[in-house]
Order: sequence, then C-alpha cells, then structure tokens
Amino acid sequence: MAITEAHSREPFRLGMLLYDTRYRSITIQIIALIAVLTFFGWIVHNTVANLHALGKTFDFGFLGQRAGYDISQTLIPYTNDSTHGRAALVGILNTLLVAFLGCVTATIIGVFMGVLRLSSNWLIARLASVYVEMFRNVPVLLWILALMAIITDTLPAPSAFRGENASASMLFGDTVALTNRGAYVPWPIFGPGWQVVAGVFILSLIAILLFRRYAHARQEATGQALPVFWISLALFFLPALAADAVVGAVTLDVPTLQRFNFEGGGLIDKSLVALWFALALYTGAFIAEIVRGGIQAISRGQSEAAGALGLRPNRIMSLVILPQALRIIIPPLISQYLNLTKNSSLAIVVGYADVRATLGGITMNQTGRELECMLLMMGFYLLISLAISSLMNWYNSSIALKER
Amino acid sequence: MANQAMPFSRSEMLPPEPPPGSAVGVVGWLRANLFSSIGNSILTILALALIWLVLSHVWPWLAHAVWNADSYAQCRQIIADTWGPDAGGACLAVIRERWKQFMFGFYPIEAYWRPTLAFILMFVALAPILFSALPRKMLWFSLIFPGLAYWLLWGGSIFVPIVIYAGFAAGWLGFHLGARASAAFVAPLLAAVFALVWWFFIASPLINLLPDIGLMPVQSKQFGGFMLSVTIGVTGIAFSLPLGVLLALGRRSDLVFVKAICVGFIEFIRGVPLIALLLVASFLLNIFMPPGTNFDIILRVIIMVTLFSAAYMAEVIRGGLAALPRGQYEGADALGLNFWQATRLVIMPQALKISIPGIVNTFIGLFKDTTLVAIIGLLDPIGLITSIRANAAWNGMVWELYGFVAVLFFVCCFGMSKYSQYLERKLRTDHR
Amino acid sequence: MRHSLILGTTLALTLGAVSAASAATLDEVKARGTLKCGSNPGLAGFAAPDANGVWHGFDVDVCYALAAAIFGDPAKVEFTPLSGETRFTALASGEVDVLVRNSTWTFSRDVDLKLDFVGVNYYDGQGFIVSKDLGVTSAKELDGATVCIQTGTTTELNLADFFKANGMSYQPVPIQTEAEARQQFLAGACDSYTTDASGLAAVRATYPNPENYIILPEIISKEPLGPAVRHGDNQWGDIVRWTFNALVEAEELGVTKDNLDEMKNSDNPEIRRLLGVEGNLGGMFGLSPDWAYNAIKANGNYGEIFAATIGEGTPSNLARGLNAQWKDGGLMYSPPFR
Repeated sequence: MAITEAHSREPFRLGMLLYDTRYRSITIQIIALIAVLTFFGWIVHNTVANLHALGKTFDFGFLGQRAGYDISQTLIPYTNDSTHGRAALVGILNTLLVAFLGCVTATIIGVFMGVLRLSSNWLIARLASVYVEMFRNVPVLLWILALMAIITDTLPAPSAFRGENASASMLFGDTVALTNRGAYVPWPIFGPGWQVVAGVFILSLIAILLFRRYAHARQEATGQALPVFWISLALFFLPALAADAVVGAVTLDVPTLQRFNFEGGGLIDKSLVALWFALALYTGAFIAEIVRGGIQAISRGQSEAAGALGLRPNRIMSLVILPQALRIIIPPLISQYLNLTKNSSLAIVVGYADVRATLGGITMNQTGRELECMLLMMGFYLLISLAISSLMNWYNSSIALKER
Repeated sequence: MANQAMPFSRSEMLPPEPPPGSAVGVVGWLRANLFSSIGNSILTILALALIWLVLSHVWPWLAHAVWNADSYAQCRQIIADTWGPDAGGACLAVIRERWKQFMFGFYPIEAYWRPTLAFILMFVALAPILFSALPRKMLWFSLIFPGLAYWLLWGGSIFVPIVIYAGFAAGWLGFHLGARASAAFVAPLLAAVFALVWWFFIASPLINLLPDIGLMPVQSKQFGGFMLSVTIGVTGIAFSLPLGVLLALGRRSDLVFVKAICVGFIEFIRGVPLIALLLVASFLLNIFMPPGTNFDIILRVIIMVTLFSAAYMAEVIRGGLAALPRGQYEGADALGLNFWQATRLVIMPQALKISIPGIVNTFIGLFKDTTLVAIIGLLDPIGLITSIRANAAWNGMVWELYGFVAVLFFVCCFGMSKYSQYLERKLRTDHR
Repeated sequence: MRHSLILGTTLALTLGAVSAASAATLDEVKARGTLKCGSNPGLAGFAAPDANGVWHGFDVDVCYALAAAIFGDPAKVEFTPLSGETRFTALASGEVDVLVRNSTWTFSRDVDLKLDFVGVNYYDGQGFIVSKDLGVTSAKELDGATVCIQTGTTTELNLADFFKANGMSYQPVPIQTEAEARQQFLAGACDSYTTDASGLAAVRATYPNPENYIILPEIISKEPLGPAVRHGDNQWGDIVRWTFNALVEAEELGVTKDNLDEMKNSDNPEIRRLLGVEGNLGGMFGLSPDWAYNAIKANGNYGEIFAATIGEGTPSNLARGLNAQWKDGGLMYSPPFR
C-alpha cells in the first residue's frame, strides 16, 4: 500500500502475465519451453531407468570392435577384420553412392518422360502416361523387389557363359558381362605415369570450358552455332586417350570367367543395380509430373514466338522452354531427391549394404546396441536432409535475386 | 445498293468441301497423331515394338492362368498338361486360396463383416467432408465414426467408446462453465481439465462398472493384409490432420520458441526415413516409456505413422494457409475476432479446403508406405507373401503374389489420385 | 473440437492396450489369459500360418505345448511373427513371453543380450548346398564362389570365419527370407546357399529337380536352436524348460498323444510323476499337477511333433540325427522328473 507510482506507467502485476497481450506471449512460450523440457527429461529418465533394468550401458565403444561380417559391395577397403565403425562408413558411402546414381538417373528418366507426355505423338504420350501412373501408384518396396526378381530371372548366370555352346556371351568385344550377379565391367588400373594422363584429362576439361565460352560468344556475335556437344565430347575423351596411348600408364583390367565367377575388372553388384533403377524409375515418375507441370506453366506464346523466330522444336525446348520451366521445376525436384535418398533405406530387402543394412541392421543385431545405432543412423539421415534443404534454400534465394 | 447488279459475284456461299480422305477418319487420325513426321513414325514403331514385347510375355502367362489347384507343383502340372511342357502360366490358385488372408489377415472369419462395415461406413463419414453438396448434419456421423470404427474393429464393450466420447461432453461442460468467467483463457483451460480428469480418473473405473455388452474383442495382432494397411493408413491420416493443423499454425506463429519447436519437429520427421521411425517403434519406443509399459506393436506403429504424416500434413496445410489472400486475415481482424476465433471461423475452413488435394496425395503416399511395416515383421500384404511362400505348397512363387499386391495397391492409389486431380481442377475453377 | 476428439480416441486406444508388466511373467500370462509367443513369420516346417491363419510347425508346437501346460488349452496362445532383427528386442521389451524362433544359443546372446536359453529343441549346424553341375564335393573347394546367406543371423559370422580359417575368398549375397534365397539360388545368382542344415534339406526337397543339388558334407558350425526367455525370471524360465523336457521325457518313456490316458494307469513311477498322477511337480512352479499331461496332449511328445512337422515323410524330410533320443545315439536327454 505504501508504494505509490509517480509516473503514469501501469505497474506490473502478476495478472498481466495472462491478461496483457504484451506479456502473454512470453508466458505461453515459457510454458511451452517447460513442457518440452519436461517431456525430454521424462524420456531421458525413462531411458536411463530402462537401460539400467536391462543391464545395458550407453556407449559407442562397440564401433571400435571387430565387425566379423563381410560386405559384397564396398567403396573403401573392408574385410571382416575391420571395425563396426568402418562397416558403418562403408554403409554411409554406399547410401551416398546409390542416392547419387539414383538422382542422376531419375532426373534423366523424369525429364525424358515428362517431355514425352506432352508429345504430339498420341501413342508415345499414352505410353509415358502409363509409365507415370504405373510407377507412382505402386509402393516403391514392390518395385525394388520386382526389379531384383527380373534381374535374377532374366539375366544369365555366369555358368551360362561357359563351354563351347555357351548360351550367353560377353558384350563389347568380350569386356562386359551382364549376369544375374551383377555387371562385370573393365576397370582401369593406374600404372606409373598415370599423373600425366590425369593432367591431360584436367587440361581437356579446362579446354572444354574455354571452348564453350568461345562458342557462346561467337554465337552472340555472329549468330552462328557451333556443334558444341560433339566437340565437347571429343575433347572429353580424345586427349586423355591419346596421352594414355603414348605413356601407356592406364590399362584396363578385363573380367575373365574363372572357376565360379568372373574375376578381375569391377563388379557392379546386382543389388545395387536393382535398387538404383527401382528408385530411379519410381522417382522418375514423380519427376516426370513435375517437369510436365513446369513446361505447361510456360505460356504457349513463348513456344509460338520461338517457332516464329524459326527455331526447331528441340531447340525451342532446350533454349526457350526448359530454362524458364527449370525455375518452377527445381524446388520440388530437390525434395524428390530427398525422398529418393530416404527411400534408399529400403536397400536391405535386396541385400544392398547401405547404412541401414550395416549400422542399423547387422551391426545393431550382432551387438544389441539398438539405441546407439538408431541415434547414429537417424543423425546421418538428418544431416543429409539438412544439407539438401539448405541447398534448396540457397537455390530459391538465388533465383529470387535473378528475377529482379 | 441492294439492287445493284454484280455479274460475277455469288449470291450464296458454297458448302465447304469435305477434307481430303487422308485428313479424316482413321487414316487422318493416324497421320496426325502417329505419323506426322519421320521422327514421329520411328517413335511410333518403337513404341509398338515395346508394347508387343511386353504383351507377348505377359499375355500367355495370364492366358494360361490356373485357378484351381492345391499347390504350385500341381499348377505347373496342369499348365504343362494343357499348354505343353514349355508353357509358362500364372498360378492364381494361390490368390483364390489366400485372398481372405490378403484382405483380412488373421481376423476371425465369422467377424469379417465388422471391418467390411467399418470400411463402408468410412465412405459415409468421408462423404460430407469431401463433397460440400451433402447436408451438413452428416458431419455428426463423421465425428462419431472414429469411435464406431474402433469398436467395430477391435470389438469389446460398446461402453468403451461411449465413455471416451462422454469425455468430450465433460470438456464441453467445462467450456460453458468457464465461458462465464471474465478471462478468455479460463474456458478452454476448464474444458481441458474436465476432459482429462474424466479420461484419466473416471473413465476406466466407469467402464469396469458398466456391463460388458458388445462385440467379441479382437487382438490387433490378428489384423493383417489390406485391412492392416488401410487401418494404419486411415488412422494415421485422421490423427495427423489435427496434429498437422497445430504444427502448421505453430510454424507460422510469431512466438519464436513455439515456432522453433514446430520447425524442429517437422524437419526432424521429414529428414528421417519412415523405416527408421518404424524401427524406433519396434526397438526403442518401449525404452522411452516408463519401465513396465508395454503396448502392442501395431499401436506403436500407428503412433509413429501418425507423427510421420503429421509433419507432411503440416507442410500441406501451411501451403494452404500461405495461399489464402491477406485480406482474409485482415478482414477477420477487422471484425474483432481473436486469434482462435479467426482461425476457426475464417482461416481454417478455407485453408483446409484448398489443402484437400494435398491431403489426399499425402494419404496416397502414406498408404503406399504402410508396406514398410513388413520389414519389422507385421503381416501386411507384403509380409503375408513371405508367410505364404514359406508354406510347402506355394514354395517358389514370385510374380503371382507380387503382381496381385501391386494390382490392388495400384487400383486404390490410382483411384485416389484421379480423385485428387479432379478436386484440383474443381478448386482451380472456383478461384478464377 | 475435432482435434480433441481424435486425441481422445488415441487415449482410448492407449488405455485399452497399455498394461503394466510385473516381475512374474507367469502371473502376467495367467492374468492375460493367453501366452505371447514370438515366432518366425514363415519358415517351412518350423513356423507358417495356413490359409485359415492357424500356425503350424516344429517351433510353434512348443508354444502350443506351453500354452496347454499353463492353461490346459493349447489354443490360448498368440503368435507374434518376428523378423531376425527384431526378435531379441521384442523378447527383452516384454512384447513376447517366450521366443521360439529357430534362434541359436550363443554366449553373447545369453550373456550380453540378457536372454536365457532354456534348452535346445533342435541341434543344427550350418551347411552348404550347391548345384551338381559345379562339380564341387567339399566346401573347401568354394574359393571365389558367390554365396547366398540370410542376414541378421549367426550364419553370416560363421561363413566369414570359415572362409577366413581356410584362407579362401567369397562374394556374400545377403538375403532376407528363405523364399528369396530359393529364387536366387535356383537362378544361379549364387553358387552356393548356406543356412542351417535342417533348412537345406527342407528346401532341397521343394526344388523342382532335387536330384540336381547336393548338400556338402561340411557342417561348419554348431547351431543349437532353442526357446529363449528373458533373464531374471527363473520361475518362468523353469516352466518353459521343464515343459520342453516333459515332451522329451514323454518320448523316452513311450508316452504318446494316443496312449496318454492309458499311461495314467501305468505302474511306472516315472510316468506317474510326469503325468501328475503321483506327487505334485507342477505345483512347485505354480502350475496344475497335470501340466505335463496337458502339454503332451496338445501335439504329442517330442518325437511325434518332430515326425508331424519336419520328420521323414513331411516336405522337410529330416532324419532325427543328432535330435534322436540319447538312447538312440542322439543328444535329446531330459533330466529326471523327480
């Protein structure tokens, strides 16, 4: 009662935390904060109690122990003497590999099919629609299993390549063997002097960039277009091949049929192929729809104007329509990439050793460390998705700038 | 002017000549649509070759299908006897023998009418939400439906859902008592307190007191096949809708911390594959709960699927909210509505309507993703394939089983996606 | 309104399904009225549902016997199909009361995963099957071969050890289920398929031309498959252990499903004790005196179960081998019932 306010400002009362909108939002947030912290505390408390009751500890020491199992497709050296940590790394790299291959292939298939769906050829447009509807409306798990079954049942076993009357033969001058175990392909072996070849190759890459810039400038100036694609392609291969022919550093290791399998060369495992193409075809169907939507969003006037300028239909597509459509296409495209990466976690149904199959599968099963393995695995996927989303945000802001 | 003679002018128009024979009819259509240029002709021929390649493999296989056999070996025998030793054919006898299992899993046969009825009623409940022409009073049935479906599927005493619903009545009572108080927050607070007290302290003893009148209880373990997929999918989407609305509102909120929680949750769920969440459901959920808690795997899966689709739903609804013109928000403010009133009466009805195609698409995705539960050992259609193939009689089957499941999924998802496309078109015309 | 409605339904589901686990599994099982048994989602001869959803097989018959011992009614059992990866977690978390899912008894599973294997219902070992065309007669000739293995099991570790010990290399093809293994192996996508020898004999019998495939003589591991329970509840462990022993003992004593009632009048004190006519062994762990009678009545004794599910004449067509009674040179040996 003794307190008297000299100034006109209303004194702070406890009730204002609820009635005054200025303070109420703070109250609500503090309550939410407390609720969330309590919830997490509760979960941690339960987890500790449960782990104690099960007699388990929480530590990541198992990552340093010997794994004891083998993996067929690895990008880095790995044996069954390697650690669980290394097995997890093999899995991570395999996930990234199939995600990368899948995204690239899905984009090619998707753009192709999206354009074909708008084709003036009735039959082709219908076929593309059938493809899109068929793949979009059946679970990806079934597609992965189906592709695996198709490869297993239709491609020949290595034994079919044997003998006088072999029922199957190798392709490309006896260098590539497509079997139902995977594709055996020639693999480069880098002998002494490979640095020269690599240097020439890098130089030819630079040359391609310079040439493209020159061709562009020339077209701007004179209107004459050079066959950029073919010259680039030639620049990509010929100098390096020529250098190799001179130095003889890089040799190809060609697979040959041995007792059970083809030996030598590289093996692209069947499980990788099945997963890769199943994911690419499935995601490709979604991308085709995105591409179609993007193209249709470009007003007809654009293609008519380009036609009036005398451009051929494929040039209209590549020079006028696609560059504009890309702005609409790319954001949903990137979220399809994210979906593909997440769907690659189904690898285990075909036995492909991705991170879910090694860290979240065999390692978890052999060591019984569910909590640790699941945390690591989810952390990995979160990291990837955050990386992809930040890429998308960066792209969105960069095209937003161009528009002004 | 009218009577001036014009020697060479026609006084009436000639009727148009018919187009040349090559531009009309079948030939014209073929020329315009299939063989308009050399490139197009090549493409057409390639496409025809592709269709022929596929049909020449699939058609004999289907044409030789055997429906009556007791085992795969017998099937092959029948095909070899009828069509020659090298002929391949589908052994659809397995579908004939197991189709009930594919539909209902291990649900008691005498109670098949219950999931069937629930499935039919689901459309009745959905109708007023999907078609605005229907009488609004049908929405009451939509509200009753979740409890009814729960009772039909799981069985047990009829009083369980009734008592649970009574909790809402208690909440409503609390709301009206609280509405007399001067402060606006009292009413919802009292409603929540009344309802929670009812559910946690009164409901359970009350159910025990009431007589056990109802249907034969069915364990969720007995759920399987398509019924399991539909149950998980529909429950997941129904529960995730309100959760998604809250998350979407939270994400657009000015309250920094609330927004951070919602964004964190949505990004976490969307960044992790569903299979990881299902593994969490099967390995870790029991570890996160108080010691001794134990609830069955299908319920855990439904919880995880709900959280999963809530994150996607939140993004769909956020899109709907963003698509509303600013004038709607300003108009609601101008009328003096507070945040919840504006959201309930002005914003949400419109935003949800715009979001329906997105919600249907989310549902299609979720429905397809329910097949992942096979990986954690539940007997959904794909899980059942494993079980059926373990039976000595059907050992070695591949395409019949996968094909059947694929066709069923295709029919459901294709139908739903056509519906969502129809909605999208309808909504577009509404706005122009 | 709508969101709170749905919240309430969740609560209803939760209230209906949550049950507090207590320390004594037996009390919990009795209160629930059914036994929860973890089984294989599908393994020919060992566990598979038929068209009516009734489970049959060597492993699930142990569960039927257990349910009969506890409740006097073999039907009071629910099967939870578990994948190789989820099985131990499901047992540890109390989702199932007992796991009878062709699981190998190993040191680390017993000690580190905190399980108790209460016995061995099938002595198995890991073997290889190959096509005759390969001309292989011993597993030691498999250097460089492609081998199909099931993931999430001990077999992949055994395989790595075997090839390492013999200084050989191989290409592993991990697969998830028996059915896929069959598809891969028959198509020649792997040279050899390795799994428990019981499984090999069983699957070979179902191949289109069984005579074209041979099972190699090497058995590269010991695979004692047995029922497992959680660590720490010894009463429950005893019930599972002795119910299984009762089935073995019954075969040794010649007690079968058919002569069960006559045997009650037998003069043999061992049989009288087993069937609960004399003494009250069942009462010692909280079951009725005729628990073993009920257990045997469910599907017969060990030998009868074996013969009906995986024995000679069934599709699996397995010989008793190591799983014969000790008197016949096998390893099935029940401690005495007294």
